[in-house]
Amino acid sequence: MTRPSSEAEYLARMVPPSVRGVDRRTLLRGALGVGALIGAGTLASCGSSSDSGAGVPTGAVSGTVTVGSNQSDAVPKAAVQSYMDAFAKANPGTTVKINTVDHNSFQENINNYLQGSPDDVFTWFAGYRMQFFAEKGLVGDISDVWKNMPGMGDAMKKASTGADGKQYFVPITNYPWAVFYRKSLFADKGYEVPKTLDDLKTLGAKMQKDGIAPIAFGDKDGWPAMGTFDQLNLRINGYDFHVSLMAGKEAWTDPKVKKVFDTWAGILPLHQPDSLGRTWQEAAQSLQQKKSGMYVLGSFLAQQFAKGAEQDDLDFFAFPEIDSTIGTDAVEAPIDGYMMSARPKNEAAAKKLLQYISQPEAQLLALKADPSVIATNSNADTSGYTALQKKSAEFVKSAKSITQFMDRDTRPDFASTVMIPAIQEFIKNPSDIDGLTTKIEAQKKSIFGS
Amino acid sequence: MASKRKYKGIDQLSKRDKIVVSLMVIVPTLLVLWLVWFPAVGTVLLSFTNWDGIGPLSGIKPVGLQNYIDIATIYPPFWPAIQHNLIWLAVLFFIATPLGILFAVLVDRGVSGTRFYQTSIYLPVVLSLALIGFIWQLIYSRDQGLLNAITGGTTDWYGDPDVNLWAVLVAASWRHAGYIMLLYLAGLKGVDPSLREAAKIDGASETTTFFRVILPVMRPINIIVIVVTFIESLRAFDIVWVINKGRNGLELISALVTQNVVGEASRIGFGSALATIMLLISSVLVVIYLRIAMKED
Repeated sequence: MTRPSSEAEYLARMVPPSVRGVDRRTLLRGALGVGALIGAGTLASCGSSSDSGAGVPTGAVSGTVTVGSNQSDAVPKAAVQSYMDAFAKANPGTTVKINTVDHNSFQENINNYLQGSPDDVFTWFAGYRMQFFAEKGLVGDISDVWKNMPGMGDAMKKASTGADGKQYFVPITNYPWAVFYRKSLFADKGYEVPKTLDDLKTLGAKMQKDGIAPIAFGDKDGWPAMGTFDQLNLRINGYDFHVSLMAGKEAWTDPKVKKVFDTWAGILPLHQPDSLGRTWQEAAQSLQQKKSGMYVLGSFLAQQFAKGAEQDDLDFFAFPEIDSTIGTDAVEAPIDGYMMSARPKNEAAAKKLLQYISQPEAQLLALKADPSVIATNSNADTSGYTALQKKSAEFVKSAKSITQFMDRDTRPDFASTVMIPAIQEFIKNPSDIDGLTTKIEAQKKSIFGS
Repeated sequence: MASKRKYKGIDQLSKRDKIVVSLMVIVPTLLVLWLVWFPAVGTVLLSFTNWDGIGPLSGIKPVGLQNYIDIATIYPPFWPAIQHNLIWLAVLFFIATPLGILFAVLVDRGVSGTRFYQTSIYLPVVLSLALIGFIWQLIYSRDQGLLNAITGGTTDWYGDPDVNLWAVLVAASWRHAGYIMLLYLAGLKGVDPSLREAAKIDGASETTTFFRVILPVMRPINIIVIVVTFIESLRAFDIVWVINKGRNGLELISALVTQNVVGEASRIGFGSALATIMLLISSVLVVIYLRIAMKED
């Protein structure tokens, strides 16, 4: 007898986003951006430290350049196509062959992909994993491309640099994490944007009295709550400690980390209850329906709001200050972009393409697909931005330091197999912080020590 | 003269026959070695290393039993996963499987509209995983789900770790019962009707007939059903993976293996150790099954 049920062993990656609870990466990665913003004033001029060989061809390039793209959803896919086409048009004799792979499969198979015969250029993200690939020699050094990237600021350059000081990544778009709210709700009820943690608690109490859940919260997929941890840690312990903690150099049993969980436990009652069964989309919809007042998330949350008036009603503020000596100048703003494989078949065209991607023309084309992200090049024309994009751009630009996101700033195995269960455990039982941090530290030692 | 035709061993085969026979033996053997034994042994060997899936095999560092020690001592999801697999087994064995058998018997008796019932009960088995995840999400969602909308409750069916395993088991049983029904129905159709008639003539009631006559005759099918139930509960994976990737109250060993091995995490060594544990548990069942099957012969 045949066993139809064996057909059912599909992995979740085969599940369409509508079912799985689409995650931010599915929708955003890669795509779009604008950017730059960061550090735009200071500049790109300092980037002469790199020392690599061939250099970007200034003349014509030819042949076929292959691109591995994880932008499998229809809209972003079309956007990728549009700027690749524009590149091919500008470089007669060059064709761009795009190999689009389902988003999750791309992510899950990245190790095999890079060790097999990868495309010349492929989509990826800034952060620890990018540096890790660079260290393993799986991706190509593109420091020479970086010598000619007008409009890409220092912060972008730093985010594209590996541990050896060379550049391996070209940013295209990014987006900030912050506390989002509806202007109309705040105006109706006379709420004020909280500046400090105490303000936030007072505001939360007021909202609860009005029958509104103060902070929308959904962590069914495990990663959204990492964003809250990041915000708290950046406000309580600052950027340097956060980066060092993510790199496995600090102990999770450190009182500083316990203070983060402690503070979180203090405001957990302001969060929507039963968050472990709720997707971020459902939580965002509660914000949209004004059943909750605020939401700590990335700007991709705008996707749950209707374009036009409703999105215009959406606004955000930086996560409130907790320690005045630390302030609020660290911003979490994950960057999506492209890398070059270690041994591209058409290196000249690949480098020229990467250079093209760093420029406003390509980035603005990318933005068309997803107006919740911004371009990474500071020369990009922002006149077509929505109010939210303009504010995002300002916000990211004002940041003194930028983090990516927990699962991009630390080892992916640590993030997914240790931190997701640990944070979910914390949400279920916020009182046993000592036990929790001890468990995290034991696993961290085992993973980072290997 | 007849002795000339006596079989004298392989030498008597023509050259062509020999080649055919060797191919028929060698090809499947290689396939089994390559597809079954090589990965299985590879998994066991990798479980003693900390390989991260990158770089040449020569770069693999052995770490002895470290992975197993970590799993048992500092890996919080492991023991809940074992417990959940056992609960899963118990529920399928004592509830879903008997339910499937009951359906099969009812359908076999020819209730009117048999075909309709048969199809609808079997439907969940045929549906794609994506659809199943979607269907139950519609029912169980805390804020937007059917169940809470009807009862006016606020139970967090998927998120509350005390409840979600049972909620998922309802979904799993829904599929499993249909599967068992079909298996059992096929068996029932093959039972000689004269047995029933004889039982009836002897004055046995329906119930007695089933337990005293039909069930014993169905022994081979019964064994298959039991084995299928065991296998299904061990490899239970898809539904929890669709729901929350096997976390927060839905830990299962298979989901832990996948979390660690598949994807960016790439803890190949650690994941292999989990897979090896799963392999050991399955082997126990395989041995029991083989003993029963061999006895039959």
